[in-house]
Parts: sequence; C-alpha cells; structure tokens
Amino acid sequence: MTELDLSRARAHDLGGQAAGPIDRAEHETEPWHKLVTALLTSLRDRPVRLVTIDEMRRAIEDMPPEDYRRLQYFEKWAVGVSTLMVEKGFMTREEIERRVKELAARAKPKANS
Amino acid sequence: MSGRFKPGDRVRIIAANPPGHRRVPTYARGRAGTIERLCGEFANPEELAYGFDGLPKRMLYRVRIKQTDIWPDYKGSAKDLLELEIYEHWLEPA
Repeated sequence: MTELDLSRARAHDLGGQAAGPIDRAEHETEPWHKLVTALLTSLRDRPVRLVTIDEMRRAIEDMPPEDYRRLQYFEKWAVGVSTLMVEKGFMTREEIERRVKELAARAKPKANS
Repeated sequence: MSGRFKPGDRVRIIAANPPGHRRVPTYARGRAGTIERLCGEFANPEELAYGFDGLPKRMLYRVRIKQTDIWPDYKGSAKDLLELEIYEHWLEPA
C-alpha cells in the first residue's frame, strides 16, 4: 500500500490528521450568524444567483491557512462572502474596511459616559 | 445511467495534487476501491468554484474502499469500509 502522505493537504483538508477529542459543547446562535446566513443564501439562491456554494467553498479554502485555523465557522462565511463580492466587483476591499472601522468605532464605549 | 465505470469495477483515485478547489480528500488520493453505485451526473464543482458553468456534467460515483487500504495503522476490523463520492475525472481503472 502507498504510504499515507498528508504533507500537501491544505488547511481545510483535515481527514487523517490528529485532531484530539471532539468539542460537543452547544453554541449560542448570535444575530450576526443569521445575518451572514441570510446574506449568503440570498446571493446564492434564485432569483439572484450571484454566487455558487462551490465558489464560497473555494473562497473560504483560499484564505491564509492561519486565518482558516483561527476563524470560527460563521467568521469564515463572512470572509467568503466579502471575498466573492470584491472579486465580482460589487464592492471594493476599501469600502468593506472603511465600514468595518466605522462599526468598530460605534461599538466602543464613549470615553465620557 | 451509464458512465466509464459500472458497479463492481475496481478503480483507483488519481494520485495528483493539482492546486485549487478539489473534491477529493488528500488521504484518499492514490487509493484503490470498488464502484458501489453511480450517483448521477452533476455540473463539475471544481469548475463551478471559479465561476464557470461546470459543463459538460460529470458522472459521480460512490467508491468503496477498505479502511485498511487507507490508514497504515488502522486498528478496526479488516472488513471496515469507507464510502466516498468521487467524480469520474478523478478515477482510473485499477
């Protein structure tokens, strides 16, 4: 039998790697998880069909491996959707980054309150 | 429904590592097994992943592989099987 060589497996291709015990803890669904799901399914399904689920998988798999390992499930979806929207010309990376900064600033507690 | 292979045929998953979005886990590449069934023809997801139409459609097969033929240190029964769904362009006669 050929030896098992996983050295060229990419970050998402986990089969056969030591993974430790499965974390069976339940996760709380946060409102933004639903928002990302709604956004993706609206873009993917009829009548819009601007992205395919295969493109989403590819966009997620292509993120830097350290990001892939660090980010949680719906964070990966958010990255995937934004990558595809930039790729297809619907928005620019700058627009996304500017908006993220605006939202981050709004989320900070005011210094004098 | 017909394709290059039929149930019972011995096949090997191609031992290739092309870049990009691929629908074959690395651990299964180069492994031999048996066609269990034809699953139908589908647009090629490896092309859909880059915005192409994925046509012509590709036959998808359920391939049955002995666990002991995949994992060198497999501790379970020698009868244990793994079934994977693999597109025709990833298979060659074994």
